Amino acid sequence: MPEMNTSSLPDLIFTILFFFMMVTTMREVTLKVKFVIPAGTELEKLEKKSVVSFIYVGPPTDNLRAQMGSSTRIQLNDRYAEPREVMDFVAAERKGMTNQAEQIISIKADQHTQMGYITDIKEVLRKSWALRINYSASRRN
Amino acid sequence: MAKKKKKMPGLNTSSTADISFMLLIFFLITTSMDTDQGLARRLPQPPDPDQEDATMDIKSRNILYVRINAAGQLWIKDETSSGEGDFRELRARVKEFVKNEHNLSKLPEKHVKNIDLLGQCFVTDKHVISVQTDRGTPYNAYFQVQNELVAAYNELRNELAKQKFGREFQYLTKEEQGAVKKYYPQNISEAEPKKYGGDQ
Repeated sequence: MPEMNTSSLPDLIFTILFFFMMVTTMREVTLKVKFVIPAGTELEKLEKKSVVSFIYVGPPTDNLRAQMGSSTRIQLNDRYAEPREVMDFVAAERKGMTNQAEQIISIKADQHTQMGYITDIKEVLRKSWALRINYSASRRN
Repeated sequence: MAKKKKKMPGLNTSSTADISFMLLIFFLITTSMDTDQGLARRLPQPPDPDQEDATMDIKSRNILYVRINAAGQLWIKDETSSGEGDFRELRARVKEFVKNEHNLSKLPEKHVKNIDLLGQCFVTDKHVISVQTDRGTPYNAYFQVQNELVAAYNELRNELAKQKFGREFQYLTKEEQGAVKKYYPQNISEAEPKKYGGDQ
């Protein structure tokens, strides 16, 4: 029996690889806070990934709880931050963008976060002229 | 005489598939496919430091207050009534307020506005929905309120789009969407507006 010709197998796999590279996004940060985002019905998709920056809000993850406690924290990039540091974060993120006017800040916050934290962040965002925001949520029916 | 063509052994490519498989698996692990979605909102511009009195004067009939306390309970107030509210009735309440179908004196004032594609319209574009939260309000309650407000506006815009253009809002052209948005502008304020006239 003749052997099956497998010379095109690498090409096939490469095609799948490229497909995945296109449709997926790199996980940029390791999460240091855990959160369950709220569920809503009137959601819009974040189409242009290049203009989106994320702010994570929630209690520290289980393995960090021993050092950090369990009160709500704000995570920017890879570390915990204070609300006032959001301004520098926004400016730094904006620098790398080609169409800076379209910048969107997506707030991924835990359902049980107290609004005080969110209000503080929003106030700083207003001051740094990052006015387009997005409350990250999952879809419910 | 040596042979012109010496038979060259082909490069063994049998492991290329394995290599690309490994790359594929690496990408599968390090990337995520979940599309991010959320409720898009626009923050107001920062207050002008030169302008001391930035509060606007709004007639009390034009304001609908939605307050959320630290326990996540709603309190809804406009000229017609005030009291504890429910998340389920909020949408209907906002729609009734923004629409003011029968031009009631206790709901937002209407005036004539010329809108492209729609012509002379009788709109309540001076209305304001004021959302007030406590520092202890749970984020989820705030989010659900925002969601209901956007839902109310979306339903109103859909109704108008169907009535005027015979299609749902999302299927309208950019110009038509703009006209509908002018008819029902989203005026959601999160600051405390100063009021005059009326009781309280």
